[in-house]
Amino acid sequence: MNQFFEFVGQRWGSLLFDLYQHGSLVLQCTVLAVVIGVGIGIAVYSSPGGSAIATALTSAILTIPSFALFGLFIPVLGLGVQPAVITLTLYALLPIVRNTIVGLANIDPAVTGAARGIGMHRLGVLTRIELRLAWPSILAGTRVSVQMLMGIAAIAAFAKGPGLGGSIFSGLAAIGSKTAVDRALAGTIGIVVLALVVDGLLVLLGRFTTSPGVRARA
Amino acid sequence: MTNTENAPSGAEIRLEEVTKRYSGTASPAVASVTMTIPPGKTVIFVGPSGCGKTTTMKMINRLIEPTSGRISIDDRDVLDIDPDKLRRTIGYAIQQAGLFPHMTVAQNIGMVPSLLRWNKKKLAERVEEMLDLVGLDSAVFHDRYPRQLSGGQQQRVGVARALAADPPVLLMDEPFGAVDPITRGNLQDELMRLQSELHKTIVFVTHDFDEAVKLGDRIAVLGEQSKILQYDTPEAILQNPADDTVAGFVGAGASLKQLTLLRVRDVELKQEAITARPDETVEAVRRQLEERNRPFALVLDERDRPARWVHKRQLAQASSLRTAGKPIGDFVSTQSTLQDALEACLAEGGAAVVTKERGRYAGTIDIDTVMATVQRLRDEAGVSE
Repeated sequence: MNQFFEFVGQRWGSLLFDLYQHGSLVLQCTVLAVVIGVGIGIAVYSSPGGSAIATALTSAILTIPSFALFGLFIPVLGLGVQPAVITLTLYALLPIVRNTIVGLANIDPAVTGAARGIGMHRLGVLTRIELRLAWPSILAGTRVSVQMLMGIAAIAAFAKGPGLGGSIFSGLAAIGSKTAVDRALAGTIGIVVLALVVDGLLVLLGRFTTSPGVRARA
Repeated sequence: MTNTENAPSGAEIRLEEVTKRYSGTASPAVASVTMTIPPGKTVIFVGPSGCGKTTTMKMINRLIEPTSGRISIDDRDVLDIDPDKLRRTIGYAIQQAGLFPHMTVAQNIGMVPSLLRWNKKKLAERVEEMLDLVGLDSAVFHDRYPRQLSGGQQQRVGVARALAADPPVLLMDEPFGAVDPITRGNLQDELMRLQSELHKTIVFVTHDFDEAVKLGDRIAVLGEQSKILQYDTPEAILQNPADDTVAGFVGAGASLKQLTLLRVRDVELKQEAITARPDETVEAVRRQLEERNRPFALVLDERDRPARWVHKRQLAQASSLRTAGKPIGDFVSTQSTLQDALEACLAEGGAAVVTKERGRYAGTIDIDTVMATVQRLRDEAGVSE
């Protein structure tokens, strides 16, 4: 155990950098996925057929083993950040798309009917009423995506992506050497801690961005 | 149409051969409806569910676009007005209120004024005014969320939201359909009070004929495809239903329903009862009863409010008028309907005590008066036809 702390102490700088890169990769991909996923959700939620197709497609993406998807992108996009971002964003879509559809479809039609009836513009109904009411559901989906991406992002190292995955991979590849286990362990623990902290921050974000009038539904 | 400062009048709505046909259906949902809704009046669309009454109403604010025909408000064709702008000038209240759950009561009420870009101060004042108008204490309800309110309170907020921008026209789609009967009765009374102050043009959709009779200046009884079976005052429809369908809808007890249209103040009260003050002597009252050969005297309290009935037999043993006889069970005010009065007459055994403002004694009403009134209404209806 002492040896592990010693290792972490020595590599503190580079571990911290990887941690930052890992978190930054996941968060940026999540933001991208929220923008795309909510967009898809808005586009399809009013039609049951469209909702089914969007859910099925995003589910299909999730069934592809991440290792394979990273590998498949290498011939097309090469190594590095780009394939990592695209792969992670695709994986993050399903929970966000599905929760956006559920959140929007579950709004009482009387509420949107009243909004139209008192003269609110279609876009106003979407931004001031529907998305506000679906927000707790969208945020719940986002939290699932973030947790998922934290783990998957480690595999991005396979395609030379950034983050803590590098530390895990190099550790596992050099198993038997003196610091191999420490490296893998440092990367793994780093990811778990990061995941918990970010999830906590998202819960706080939910507190501040959800109206008390709907909080119980979140 | 007159438009004075303190009695703002609603707008006239005219529907001319309005038809709504949905693609893929053989017959239109609404077939060639023509009617004029007079300014400042409450017109009730009543009919069985699925008859197209809500569709007809929603064409007025273009939530549903007519297939053909013309709808105008104060001679302006609604199809010439941008739908969102049109709707901001038409109040809209629906069943279960449809309040925005993530907004406070104040934000809900202020929605239309904020869409109309009123300045903050004017908007805040208006919200206070509307809370007061619908009888909700601002200190309690201003910052509450809809889910913290009862069904009746939500409906009040819904009505306040509909009225906030002071629209000349108010559309109400079964607004009291989802609340319990007692709350519903209270909300109806409130709406009548509001309307007597505001004089909006109200189009009110319901399937409850009793509600229509109570609230309407005019009732449009609608059949399939929103066909107007009869469009007249509640009195006229109750007395002379146009056909068997309307008669069926009016239902049994049309005469009893008619009694809800009349108030006690509309009939002549009897002033024959012998009244006494609690400080009068028992002996004086007994002598009076004997002189005029009456069995009962009515004891009023110091503020002229009726308190007890005393029989002459009870006077024989009584020492003071304060305790003699029995307290009055059921009495009615001049504001009460004749139906309530009849109820009280039956409960009190023939005649009921009537009070006026501040509970002061006004006279008595008896079953014969009620009967005579019903008879008179019948005769009048016979003459006018």
